[in-house]
Amino acid sequence: MKLFNKIALGTALSLAAPAMAQDVVNYATDGGTILDVKQEYLIGPAEEKLGVDVVVDAMTSRFAPFKAQVLSGKPTWNLIDFSAGYGIRSQNEDLLEKLDYSLIPNAAGVPDAYKDDYTVGSTAYATGLGYSTEAFPDNPPQTWADFWDVEAFPGRRAMRNGPRPALELALLADGVAPEDLYPLDVERAYDKMAEIKPHIDVWWSSGAETTQLLYDQEVDLMQIWDGRAKNAINEGAPAVFVWNNAIVEYAVFAIPKGSSHPEVTMKVINEMLNPEGQAKWASNYATGPLNTNFAEFMDPERLKELPSAPENLAIGIPLNNAWWASEAGEEAERRWLEFMQQ
Amino acid sequence: MTDMPKLSAIERTEQRSFLLLFLPALILVALIIFAPLGKLVVQSFQDEGAFSLVHYKRIVTERIYWSIFVDTLEVSLAVTALSALLGYPVAYAAARASRLWTGLILAMVMLPFWTSVLVRTYGWLVILQRRGIVNTTLMDLGIISKPLELSHNYTAVLIGMVHVMVPFIVFPLYAALSKIPPELAQAGNSLGGTRSYVFRRVILPLSAPGLLAGAVLVFVLSLGFYLTPELLGGGKTIMVSSLVERNIEQYSRFGAASSVALSLLVIVLAIFWVVDRVLPVEKIIGVK
Repeated sequence: MKLFNKIALGTALSLAAPAMAQDVVNYATDGGTILDVKQEYLIGPAEEKLGVDVVVDAMTSRFAPFKAQVLSGKPTWNLIDFSAGYGIRSQNEDLLEKLDYSLIPNAAGVPDAYKDDYTVGSTAYATGLGYSTEAFPDNPPQTWADFWDVEAFPGRRAMRNGPRPALELALLADGVAPEDLYPLDVERAYDKMAEIKPHIDVWWSSGAETTQLLYDQEVDLMQIWDGRAKNAINEGAPAVFVWNNAIVEYAVFAIPKGSSHPEVTMKVINEMLNPEGQAKWASNYATGPLNTNFAEFMDPERLKELPSAPENLAIGIPLNNAWWASEAGEEAERRWLEFMQQ
Repeated sequence: MTDMPKLSAIERTEQRSFLLLFLPALILVALIIFAPLGKLVVQSFQDEGAFSLVHYKRIVTERIYWSIFVDTLEVSLAVTALSALLGYPVAYAAARASRLWTGLILAMVMLPFWTSVLVRTYGWLVILQRRGIVNTTLMDLGIISKPLELSHNYTAVLIGMVHVMVPFIVFPLYAALSKIPPELAQAGNSLGGTRSYVFRRVILPLSAPGLLAGAVLVFVLSLGFYLTPELLGGGKTIMVSSLVERNIEQYSRFGAASSVALSLLVIVLAIFWVVDRVLPVEKIIGVK
């Protein structure tokens, strides 16, 4: 209700904008609990500090409307966040304003792998190995090579129905060192995938499915996102999420090209990256803020479970979105359907 | 006599006002069905803004597209056959039972029909999965020592889809069967026909329109299934609908997705056209 009031108030204010000196930043992002918590610990304080109004437009599929807005020449949104893959695509299609990092000092805490001239990382999530502790009470699988080893680690297996980041996992299992992953050896990766294919019982397509698979112990080991695994574990599933060699993906903040007062928006981004606010956000919602300085303000026990905890980031491997957006990446993506149908 | 022109004038105004009343519905249908469909057609013939047949060429030349269409037809045929086998006895019982029982049987068929497909699909997961009701019961009774693989495979897809589809064949069958006078079977029996002979020569041919109508309905609806095969098939049964979804979600290829969707639509319309030659649509829809 509170959120609704805020949106209503924001809309009313934005309509009255010419009469008021206050700047309005229209922000497109995901709705739900994640937003409620973000509203309280990041958006609210940012509004107070900067004297701006941040009006949230909550929706899941934002790329298409964002692109349409920019192409129309007068985008309504001033700020958007979406997965880094979209960030690359938007850059390739020239849909973004360049960021002025002097206005975003908090971005210094974001590792270089998670920011560029046009986008800055907001949160991270990880694809890792989840296993049932009932199926593997001692000597559990710890690496992707273990996942591929059906003799040593027998059990029902699940993977995501998609090449991203299954191909990375296949190459890691085949002995490629994390730093040598990109550009992916697509041929080798698909060969390795063909090896495991007969042993995959479930190819999942939605995150909700994976929580259920782990919770009901329908499978013994699987490729899964950290948040989904945590949901199952919190519900009492006897399971563990392995951070080692997890593939880290992330979402970014970006400014639609041609939107009004980008410098105000950049100040808002700076506040959204405020480490203390990010820590409060992550304390109340399981997410992985990318200003790594947030760790100082976290309860160490809770921090351990977050994808952007320094030790987890250190052993995680950032997904190379630029490679996936390249010609070779798109080709590798298209090949997946053929692989599944064989 | 002088009232005649007046009457026809009234009739004309009446017709016009009916047309006016009908207009909003017509506009609505045009807006929500034909406009998007038109957009799909346009998209399917476009590539990077220019006219192109590339999307249709892909469907014809790429082996995966072919095999997904063939798989979809196979799954739909299997679901149709199983639904007919399971639905026929139910419809027959409903047609021959007392009024109370007829009501009860049809209510039992209707009840799951009103439950969301998503809920029913997850319900089947709970029943069929490794630690589901079936496996735990059978293991507790000592009938099996290792859980049966009932979920996340082709079997599960068939079970889930047949469950959704049976009502669609039961109702047309019931309509056809309940119109066959019971005396016909009695006459056949009294003339020396065995029960199976009477069924084959009397009941089955007379109920054929209902059976065919139901089968077409089930087959066509099965062609477009998405959720049930996705969730129960463990990603291994790929239907045309998944192909459409993949083209949009993963590749953002709206043209490709549109061409696949339209091809499916054309197949469905072709099936209706052929069936209509054999059995007029009026018979399928309306029981006059």
